[in-house]
Parts: sequence; C-alpha cells; structure tokens
Amino acid sequence: MPFPLPTRRGFLAGLGTAAVGLSFGLSGCHKGSGKKINFYNWDTYIGKTTLKDFQAASGIDVNMSLFANNDELFAKLRGGNQGYDVIVPTNDFVQRMGAAGMLMPLDHAKIPNFKNIAPEFQDVAFDPGRRLSMPYTWLVLGIGYRKSKVQGVPDDWKWVFDSPMYKDRIALLSEAGDLCRLVFKYLGYPMDTSDPAAFRKAEELLIKQKPYVKAFHDDNGQDLLLAGDVDIVIEYNGDIAQVMREDPDLNFVVPRQGSQISSDCLCIPKGAPSPDLAHEFINYLLDAKAGAEISQTIQYPTPNAAAKALMPATYRDNPVIFPPQPILAKCEYAKYAGEAISRQYEEIITRVRAA
Amino acid sequence: MEQDWKQSRGSFFTAFAPPAFWLTLFFLVPLAIIWAYSFGKNISMTEVAVTGTLSNYARIADPVYISIFVKSIVYAALTTFLCLIVGFPVALAITFAPDKAKAWLLLLIMLPFWTNLLVRTYALMAVLRTEGYVNTVLGWIGIGPLPLLHNNFAVVLGLVYVNLPFLVLPLYSALDRLDRSLLEASLDLGAGHIRTIREIVIPLALPGILSGLLITFIPALGSYLTPDLLGGPDSQMIASVIERNFKRANDWPFGSALSFILMYLTFFAIAAQTLVAARRRKAGGEA
Repeated sequence: MPFPLPTRRGFLAGLGTAAVGLSFGLSGCHKGSGKKINFYNWDTYIGKTTLKDFQAASGIDVNMSLFANNDELFAKLRGGNQGYDVIVPTNDFVQRMGAAGMLMPLDHAKIPNFKNIAPEFQDVAFDPGRRLSMPYTWLVLGIGYRKSKVQGVPDDWKWVFDSPMYKDRIALLSEAGDLCRLVFKYLGYPMDTSDPAAFRKAEELLIKQKPYVKAFHDDNGQDLLLAGDVDIVIEYNGDIAQVMREDPDLNFVVPRQGSQISSDCLCIPKGAPSPDLAHEFINYLLDAKAGAEISQTIQYPTPNAAAKALMPATYRDNPVIFPPQPILAKCEYAKYAGEAISRQYEEIITRVRAA
Repeated sequence: MEQDWKQSRGSFFTAFAPPAFWLTLFFLVPLAIIWAYSFGKNISMTEVAVTGTLSNYARIADPVYISIFVKSIVYAALTTFLCLIVGFPVALAITFAPDKAKAWLLLLIMLPFWTNLLVRTYALMAVLRTEGYVNTVLGWIGIGPLPLLHNNFAVVLGLVYVNLPFLVLPLYSALDRLDRSLLEASLDLGAGHIRTIREIVIPLALPGILSGLLITFIPALGSYLTPDLLGGPDSQMIASVIERNFKRANDWPFGSALSFILMYLTFFAIAAQTLVAARRRKAGGEA
C-alpha cells in the first residue's frame, strides 16, 4: 500500500492551528552578519536549496515558518504583525489583506528581477501595477482522476457536481469560496456573482449531489486519489502533477467550462522588521536560476518567464502544469468580494454539510 | 486526618496563588474576551466592537445550527455509551488483575497519549481506507472492500478510540476502591456474577461511572480533528463550524457565540452530574 506523503497544503491543514509553531532551524547554522528575515510560507513550497543558496549569496538567514491556508495566514496577522517579513498570500487574499491595510507597498526599484516575470503577470486586476505583490506561482483548479476507473476524459464539472455516475468515488474541495465559485462557473454565472439566485441554486445543486460525494477534502485530494479512496477529485494542477510522478494511472484536466486560476504572491506585511532585506529576498526568489530551482522542486507553474526557459521540456511542455491556452482563456481569478459574500460562501457549505 | 485550610491560611495561599494567577491570566481572561466578543459585531475586517447585541445568539436559533448541535450531542452520547460498553469490562479486568500486571495494563491504556492525536488519526486512516490494512485482510478471504473511511461509522469509531482512556481510567479508580468483601458476600449469598455486578458493583461505583461518562462526553462533544479527517460529507460537528467562523468566514463574534453555546451545554452537563451526585449523597445519608 502506498504511503503518500501529504504535500503542500494537505498535512498541515489537518493540524489546523497546531501547525503554527513549525519552523526550520536555519537560523542557528550561521552566525555571520546576524541579518535575518522571517518568511511565512506554504508547506513544500520552496526549492530544496533555495534558502541555503540565498544565505550564501547575501549573508541573510531566512527563518521559514509554515501556514496551511490563507485563512490561517489572515487570522495570524489580523491582530498585528508579530515579526514576519515576507508572506505568500493567494491573489484574493492579496486583495483582502490590501483592503484591510495589512500590506506594505513594494519598492520596484529594489526588485530589478521583476523584468523576468512574464508580461501577463506583470500587471493584474487583483493588484494593479503590482503595487503590493510579486507573483511567485500560479495554479489552476481542475479535475484529478484515475484513468483506469473513469470513462474517457472527465472534462466537465458535471461529473463532480451534477451526476451520480461516480457515486462514492468523488471528493470535493472543502474550501467554501473555491467550491462555490466553481459551482457558479458550472451553472454559467460569473464567478464573482452576488446574485442570490446563484447562491440558492449552488446550494441546491450541492445538496442534490452530496449523496454521491465520498468526502470534502482539505486540499489533500491528491492523497485520496493516490491511495485509491476516490477516483475523481477537485484539486490544483500542481498537487496532481506531484502525485503523477508516483502513479502513471493518474491524470488531470481543466473542465471545458473553465475554472478558477489563482496566483500565490510574495508580499511584505506592514510592520515587517526588515523591509529592506525582505525586498532583497523577494528579488532573489524572482531570479531566473533561483526560480528554476524552486519550480524543479514544487512542480507548480511559474510566472517567471526567465526561470521557465531554464527548465527541461518535461516541465515546460507538461499539459498538467501548463494546461492548453484555449482552456486557460476561460479561467478567471477569484476576486475578493467583501466580507458579506465570504460569509455567505461559508454558510452555504455549512448548510450543505448539515443537510 | 485532613487539616482545615483555615488553620494554615499562609501556606494555603502560597500554594494556591501561582496556579490561580496562571489560570486567571491565561485561561479566564482570554475566555472572558471570547465571551465579550459573542456579544459583539464586526465593524471592520480586523476589528470587533462589543455592543451587547444578542444577534449572534439569535442566529444560532437557525434550524441548521440547532441540527448541528443535536448531531454533535448524539455523536458524543453514542461515543460515551460505546466507551462504557467497551471500557467497563476492561476496567473490571484491570481491577482484578494481579498487582504486577495492573501497572502494565494501565500503562497500555495510557500509551496512546504518548502519540499526537493527529498522527494517530492519520494512522487510523491508513488502517481504514479502501486499500488499507483492514480491507486488504478482508480481501484475502474474499470480502469487501468495505466502506470504512469517510463516513459516520469512521467518526464514531475514531471518537471511541480516542476517548476510551478517558473513561477507563476513572472507571478503574472507582472500581479499585470497592470493598471486595461486599462482592464476596454477594457471591457467597448465592448471587451470580452478573447479578453481583448489577446490584453491588454498579451502584457502589456509580459516582465514578458518572464522572467518567462526563469527562468522556465533554471532549467528544467538541471533537474537531476526528470528524474532519475521518468523516464523510455528512459528518460535520459543531467544532468544525466554529473553526470555519473564526478562520474562513472571519466572523469572530458568531464563532464566539457558537463556542459559548458549547460551553453552556458543558456547564449544564456538569451541573446535572453534580445534582445527581448530591441527591445520591442525601439519599445515602438518610438510609
């Protein structure tokens, strides 16, 4: 029986708040200049040697701690910054934290490697002019599936949202906002809709589909798929790409209706102890070679054009990591739509789970 | 003979003050803040104003939340009941084991506490999953695979597994204190083993049984990890909803109100237990 190592968001999600204290003992290794920054990142979301290389190049120690999801990051910084210099929120949380005044504007003069970023990521709707954030990775939600157990290519949200076909073999994402937005997409609404009819229909659809659903997973869908608990699952492309290296019977598709695209970004929270060193670190992460080393480890799509050029074809031409352009054109970024809408997402899921 | 605390006030307060200070600062004060939040409302993304409003509690009257509370209580009660069924014979067996074996048996009961709950839960997932150990063994004899994980069965199994020591230990300490000569007298006078347990052991050990039930029921009621990881789409307990309101929905006032409803339920259970115990003492005193 395979023992999948939970990756990125999976394992820590289970720990919940207990995950907060995990950190890597890099700081003790070098006395050196005593320059140090605190980096608050996702699990398995950095290159194997990135922090050591940065230490060697700049003399700055990076003390990395981990969070399991954006909500944890937000809750941690809600009461004020306890000393983080660089954080990695997802695009809608860049907007949310920006709106709450929790982020420091970036000084582009200190980040010359910004030129490495692909043009489509240099200016984005969720952060016009990249005032607050630098792109680190991007990712797209889709359907991960076991080829031998699924008929053809399940390139339609119908198979997870609106069909008894894979009864008890389906796992949905438990993240309320993401799940609701994908259902809106399937129902033909804009993803950022605030139409009460859309919310009602989404709730009805999910309640109708619930008897066929095996589990709501905390972003560990790739593990459920790999372990054979389910055959079809909503997950991020990078997560599925990681387990596809272990099991060739797995695959990933972005459904034809389009999906939600996200971008994890590097930001400096207000109150950061060393903003100058934080800029230096962000600039280093956007370097071509450093970026390639990160992509090599984490297998997520990179917005860094110079880094991508250094990667082997198995990465660059991987249709899971880089889905075909026509389907990506149908994908949208999640928008932060205000607290009231966020709470409505949660209420829908509470109702669906209780139904 | 126990000394009355009034006879040595000085040493009493020296011993009492540090833990009292600790509990006040790190338990009562944060709890009071959460309690205050439950009467508050969100005025911005990061601030809560305590206005004295009851709207958070009013929201809980929604049938959805009532049904989640009811479901949590049913799960916790079922867990406690199963723990009692499984734990009573175990506690009884340990009581009557030879002294040397006793220490080892108690150690075995406490052994799971040495491993983190999350790790134990992941281990249980490896045992129960479709291609897990149980189903692999069942496969050899041509059964299955049975759906053991991601359903209500898995949640109750996980809760019983986690909470069993909480019941066995107080049960054991209650049973161990029994006067053996009463049991011998009952057996000598012609009562069978079952009748002796029913009419002598259970009534005498009842206070211990009740407090054991209580300290199993309370943590089971607030379980979070177990239903979240082992449960299916249906297995939503109240702690998950509280977590979601604090984190994802960023609605601390409502989350606080939900937490405090859980606290009130716990107080209620403790009060009921105290009442039963007091009534028993009174009845015993009159007899």
